[in-house]
Amino acid sequence: MDNAIIQLNNITKKFDGEIVLDDITLSVKENEFVTLLGPSGCGKTTTLRIIGGFESPDEGEVYFDGKLINDVPPFKRQLNTVFQKYALFPHLNVFENIAFGLRIKKMDEHTITKKVEKMLELFNLKNYGKRRINQLSGGQQQRIAIARALVNEPKVLLLDEPLGALDLKLRKEMQHELKEMQQQLGITFIYVTHDQEEALTMSDTIVVMNDGIIQQMGTPIDIYNEPENAFVADFIGESNILDGIMHDDYLVEFLGKKFKCVDYGFGRGEEVDVVIRPEDLDLTPPGEGKLIGVVKSVIFKGVHYEMDIEANGFEFLVHSTDMAPVGATVGLTFTPDDIHIMEKGE
Amino acid sequence: MKDRTKYFAYPYVLWMIIFIALPSFLVLLYSITTKESNGLTTIQFTLENYKKFFDPLYLNILWDSIYLAAISTVICLLIGYPAAFIISNTNLSKRNTLLFLCIMPMWMNMLLRTYAWMTILGNNGILNNLFSLIGLPKLNMLYTKGATIMGMVYNFLPFMILPIYTALSKMDKALLEAADDLGADKKTVFIKVILPLSMPGVISGIIMVFMPAVSTFIIPQLLGGNKNMMIGNLVEKLFILNGDWNFGSAISIVMMVIILISMSIMNKFDVDKEGGARLW
Repeated sequence: MDNAIIQLNNITKKFDGEIVLDDITLSVKENEFVTLLGPSGCGKTTTLRIIGGFESPDEGEVYFDGKLINDVPPFKRQLNTVFQKYALFPHLNVFENIAFGLRIKKMDEHTITKKVEKMLELFNLKNYGKRRINQLSGGQQQRIAIARALVNEPKVLLLDEPLGALDLKLRKEMQHELKEMQQQLGITFIYVTHDQEEALTMSDTIVVMNDGIIQQMGTPIDIYNEPENAFVADFIGESNILDGIMHDDYLVEFLGKKFKCVDYGFGRGEEVDVVIRPEDLDLTPPGEGKLIGVVKSVIFKGVHYEMDIEANGFEFLVHSTDMAPVGATVGLTFTPDDIHIMEKGE
Repeated sequence: MKDRTKYFAYPYVLWMIIFIALPSFLVLLYSITTKESNGLTTIQFTLENYKKFFDPLYLNILWDSIYLAAISTVICLLIGYPAAFIISNTNLSKRNTLLFLCIMPMWMNMLLRTYAWMTILGNNGILNNLFSLIGLPKLNMLYTKGATIMGMVYNFLPFMILPIYTALSKMDKALLEAADDLGADKKTVFIKVILPLSMPGVISGIIMVFMPAVSTFIIPQLLGGNKNMMIGNLVEKLFILNGDWNFGSAISIVMMVIILISMSIMNKFDVDKEGGARLW
C-alpha cells in the first residue's frame, strides 16, 4: 500500500440484507487506469460509489493516499466523479457547469475563466460556453461531464459507464481520447464498465467482478490470455467452455479424446473446465485436424468469419479468416498453448 | 386516422366556447356599454365604467386586494417551501401520508372551512376562551385584515405546497450527488442546485395562490367583515346588491388584465423551458 492512492480493505456492503459486495480488497496505484468490469449487478458501481463517498461500506476500510476516509463526505474528498447519465446542471450553461466546482472553491473570476476556457479547448467545445445543456448532443454532454470533473484537478477521477449512452463510433473515439487524456494529465482513473472490449482497450489493470466478488485482477493481456476461471474466460471475449478431466500434468481429456496441454498441478482425474478461444481454433482438411466436425452456420463478420462447427457432440464457436460452407466436414486444430485449464467453479 | 382524432376535441372546444369564451365576451360587452342598453337596438358604447374605477375609493380597494393577496402569497411560500422540502425528503410511505394530510382539507367545502375560522377567531371563539383561561386579555381577531390573510393562507396553502413538492421530487438525485462531488456542502447544494431547479414549482405555486387570493370574496366577507373589502366583494356587491352589471364587468376586466400581466411577468422568471413543474 506504499504508493496506493486508493486502498479498499475487506469491503462488505449489503442492501436490504442482500450482499452486494463481499469482502472486496483492492488497491489502485497512482496514475493507473483501473477498470472495474462485470455484468450488471456485480457490484462494480457500488464499489465506485463507496470510493466516491455516496455509499458507506458496512464493513471494511477505504483509504485515500494512506488516510482513512470512511466517514469523509463526498464534498470533502479529493476526487471527482463522471456520472452515468452525466448529471449536468440543466439550469446552468456549459461554462457555468464546468465552473461549478471552481466557484465553490471561491476562485477569482480570472482564474475560473482561464481554467474553463482551457477545458473547453481540450474537449473541442470552444464556442459552446454559452450554450444550454439541453442544446447539446450526448457526446458533447459527455465531454462536459468529464471536463466539469477534470477542471478541479482531482487526484482520482471516477467514471461510471461514461460512454454507455454513445453510439459505437463515438464511443471508440472517446475511448482513445480518454486514455490519451489520462496519460497526459497523469490522473488516476477508476472506470466502471460492462463492456469487455472497452476495458481491454483502455485499462492498465482490469478488475473482473461478479456477484460482489473480485474474480480476477490483472493486466488486459493477463486477463485475456490467462483467465482464472470459466466466468472470466466467458466474460472477457468469447469462449468455448468444455468439461474435461485432468489425467496427468500436461494431459487433459475432453470430448472423449486426450490432448497435450501446458497446465499442471491439478489432481489426477480432477474434473476441470477447458477453455478454448474461438480465434485459436484453425480449420484444416478433415484428415489433418485434431477433431473432425461439420459446419452448422457461417456468419461473415467483416474481419473474420464466425462459424458454428459441431465436433464430437460439442458446438464450437470458431473465428477464422478461412471459411468452409455450411454442411462441409472440416478438421479443427489447436496447439497445447491454446488450451486453458481452470478449476470448476461452484 | 389523424384526421379523425381531431373530432374528439370538438366537445371540449364547444364547452370552452359556451362556458369561457362567450361569458368573457359578455363581460367585456357589459363593461363597455351603458346601463340603458337593453338590446341590440338600444346599445350604447361608453368608457364611463372604466373611468369610474379610477376613483380613489375603488383604487384603494384594488390596492388592498393586491396587498393582502401578495402578503398571503409570501406567507404561503414561506410555509409551503419548507413543507414541500420536508415532504419530498421523507421516505415513500410517510410521504404519501403527509401529502394526504395536505390535500385533505380541500375535500371540505371552502365556505365551511372559513366558517370554522370564524368560531376559532371570534370574540367568544375558541382562541379567546383559551386566552382568558390563562389570564390573557381578549383579542379582537375576527373582522381584521389579519384574519383575512390567515384565511387565505389556510385555504390556498396546498396550492403552494403541491407544485413545489412536484418540482422537488422530480429532481434528479444524481444532480445533488454531482454537486456534492464537486465540493458543495449541504447549504451550497441547496442554494446552487435545489433552489434554482425548484423555481418552476415556486412560480406555479405563486400564481396558483395569488390568482384566487386576489379575487376571492368569500374569505374577506366572512373573516374581514365590511371594513376590509376586497375587489371580489366589490364585484359581488355591484352585481348582486346594486345591479350595476356594467361597472362590475369593468372591474372584472381590469382584474383579468392585472392577473394576465402578473402571470406573464412570473413566466419571464421561469427560464427553464424544459420539464419543470409548470402548470401554465
